Amino acid sequence: MEFFKIKRDIPFMSYGKITTSISLVTFLFAVFFLAYKGLNFGVDFTGGTVMEVHYVEAADLNKVRAQLTAADLADAQVQNFGSSHDVLIQIPLKANKAGAKLSDEVMSTLRQQDAGVEMRRVEFVGPQVGKDLIENGAMALLLVSLGIVGYLWIRFEWKFGLSAIIANLHDVVIILGFFAFFQWEFSLSVLAAVLAVLGYSVNESVVVFDRIRENFRKMRKAETAEIIDNAITRTMSRTIITHGSTQMMVGAMLFMGGETLHYFAMALTIGIMFSIYSSVLVASPLLMIFGVSREDFIKPEKTEAEEVLP
Amino acid sequence: MNRYPMWKYLLILAVLVAGLIYTLPNFFGESPAVQISPLRTSMKADEALLESTTKALADAHLSTDLVTLEGNSVKARFADTDTQLKAKDVLHAQLGEDYVVALNLVPRSPHWLTAMHALPMYLGLDLRGGVHFLLQVDMKAALNKALDAATGDIRSNLREQNIAYSGVTREGDTLLVKFRDAAARDKGEAELKQKFADFGLTGKDVGSEMVLQAKLTVQAERRIQESAVQQNLLTLRNRVNELGVAEPVIQQQGADRIVVQLPGVQDTARAKDILGRTATLEVRLVDDEHQIDANGVVPFGLDAFKDRDGRTLLVKKQVLLTGERINDAQPGFDNRDNEPAVHINLDGVGARKFKEATRENVGKRMAIILFEKGKGEIVTAPVIREEIGGGRVQISGRMSTEEAQDTSLLLRAGALAAPMEIVEERTVGPSLGADNISRGFNSTKIGFMMIAVFMVAYYLMFGTISVFALAANLLLLVALLSMLQATLTLPGMAGIALTLGMAIDSNVLINERIREELRNGITPQAAINAGYENAFATIVDSNITNLIAGIALFLFGSGPIKGFAVVLCLGILTSMFSAVLVSRAVVNLMYGSKARLSKVAIG
Repeated sequence: MEFFKIKRDIPFMSYGKITTSISLVTFLFAVFFLAYKGLNFGVDFTGGTVMEVHYVEAADLNKVRAQLTAADLADAQVQNFGSSHDVLIQIPLKANKAGAKLSDEVMSTLRQQDAGVEMRRVEFVGPQVGKDLIENGAMALLLVSLGIVGYLWIRFEWKFGLSAIIANLHDVVIILGFFAFFQWEFSLSVLAAVLAVLGYSVNESVVVFDRIRENFRKMRKAETAEIIDNAITRTMSRTIITHGSTQMMVGAMLFMGGETLHYFAMALTIGIMFSIYSSVLVASPLLMIFGVSREDFIKPEKTEAEEVLP
Repeated sequence: MNRYPMWKYLLILAVLVAGLIYTLPNFFGESPAVQISPLRTSMKADEALLESTTKALADAHLSTDLVTLEGNSVKARFADTDTQLKAKDVLHAQLGEDYVVALNLVPRSPHWLTAMHALPMYLGLDLRGGVHFLLQVDMKAALNKALDAATGDIRSNLREQNIAYSGVTREGDTLLVKFRDAAARDKGEAELKQKFADFGLTGKDVGSEMVLQAKLTVQAERRIQESAVQQNLLTLRNRVNELGVAEPVIQQQGADRIVVQLPGVQDTARAKDILGRTATLEVRLVDDEHQIDANGVVPFGLDAFKDRDGRTLLVKKQVLLTGERINDAQPGFDNRDNEPAVHINLDGVGARKFKEATRENVGKRMAIILFEKGKGEIVTAPVIREEIGGGRVQISGRMSTEEAQDTSLLLRAGALAAPMEIVEERTVGPSLGADNISRGFNSTKIGFMMIAVFMVAYYLMFGTISVFALAANLLLLVALLSMLQATLTLPGMAGIALTLGMAIDSNVLINERIREELRNGITPQAAINAGYENAFATIVDSNITNLIAGIALFLFGSGPIKGFAVVLCLGILTSMFSAVLVSRAVVNLMYGSKARLSKVAIG
């Protein structure tokens, strides 16, 4: 079986203007929604209390709300979680109440009405911890970016490092844009997924770059654009199959991993989709714009070539 | 060209067999068990405990699968949780005074596996259920306490040395010692410099007053804060023992935070109550003249408390000293006869009170009583030999080194060095934990099957080999996680799935390369070789970028994210091994020996 039997190279670089404009527009949209709507930070970052409780019979949300209001917790958000039996209660940070005590109070309040209510999960995060987590997340993002640029610089050339990281940070912004647009909860595990995507999609650019470098050595007479077109066309099959396989795994998590893994898998899914696009159609045109040329690799080749000449 | 030397095949085989052995324990599951461990460090779990446990269980007609002595605890395995719970009650009633009796799960794997330290993966709290607390130590309060104590100490010191001063006050984090004249100040400065090395002293004239400013040095501040955290850690450990948790984790995190993880604990309210409790300490005189009468009535004006050996002592109701007056208690040795001893350091007020009390009661016994949950226990009841001044008290005699350590811990535990606040709590119920495991497992299983079907259909024989390599990758990853006993969390399980999904990339790269080389018209043997050779550099490059992300996540991630990062990093390493070496070994075995290979099944 073979999905991709492409005889002639696809002239990706001649579409360069179109593809870069498309990604610029998506990028701007993402930035707009990030600025306009902002991320819906989860309790990990904002601080507060989240509780998941399980009722034997389908839970009556209004009743739960009334109970909590009676217990002086009118600002609690109550919603179903996964099934009609499971209820998620979110309570913002309270200045006057020790956070850890709050969950006990809520449980005893709920038990008064229905003794069968089961506590499934409690998460309480104090304000200082949330701030630390945001700082650590930003540090991790910075470290990953610098590490990748540095590695690609050593391995290839600064032009490659720079275009790869721009292309992939563009993916990160787009994932965040999606989370802002749909107001999906941005939790610690989503942050982990975003960082994993960064490492993973750079991978994609590396494969193409490897080919470009190889082509510069092999295809002596070709123009830079031809060389890049050839590299992309010939790695396309691998790109689609690899991402398809990864997506199978991620898809299984998305649909079967339960609520906790759902948004983690969602971030990965968006990341995988856009990383195909960006590594091919953003990183490579950027490479052209930065003016990659045979001279970047030619020095060791020259001496070799002279020796072979008769 | 597609042949490996024999040692390489054997090495790969050995790694896979080792992987299989260390993965095995995960398949046997876990049995409910009761774990009995000594409450105090001075006691050891031994054969006698093993026997008494077996006997207690036999007397109660509870059948056990196995009772073993492991490390410093005895573990009894049961067939079901019902028996386990009954056994816990029975054992707690019989042994509860001196031992922690806790519910636990122990691996059901055969003995020879356990003997080679092959254990199942260590599940995190989100998979097994339990409580995670992050406590923040109030460092400011620790410094405040030290400064307040120093204020009193400076006063009593100057008074003892007959140095005229007009007052000691505190202003923020500076102590101001006021003198009437410069001569007194010079004398005072010399004295304080010698006795209070923790403070930096500077002289200053405010109006007509000669003031000496005392400020804690940076080193002293750091030391006070460190010891505050250490002391709180010790206190917490002591308290957690009471909860009866099998494998509690109590660790310092960062400069001023403490992580407490209690696997299997469901009653969070009680856990919080015990962790946040403040114990108090009282020093009272022992009354050896009276006795409890036959009806068990305690004479008027006296209280009865048990000491740690279970004997009842009568003590007077009047309190000589409370635990707040104890600055520090350290185990050490008696400087006369080198016997183990506990050195107690009292603050200024405490020292004065103690001096008076000891002067009036030489020859009598005093009891140091620890109150927790409103219940008092006599920590120790030494005889007062002489009047003790200066606030330095030593308790010695008939004590082992470990007992000295325990006693000093209990004395310090009287109060936390600094108040703590719960800044993060994560509780996962057992049913959610079990759900999480099955969800994580199922999605990995389905994902793996989909990839397998696709790879076999698309790359035929080479696809099959790739799937074999992927399975080897999973095996090695699980074996590595089991060996390292790294904590597996739900994000960690997601990490396993994700690394598998990403690991197939290496094989796709190789297979695509081989196809391409074949298309270019070279022989299958050469194509296989070229495919592996050319793909290798790319595989290394792309895995290193992943590794960079994994390491950054590990460095900056906390809790469950760290678990994800560990799996990601390990998975990258195992995938390099399996995708390149294992799959190549299989390919070599299949095709390498055929001299005239005209066709390979790669689709």
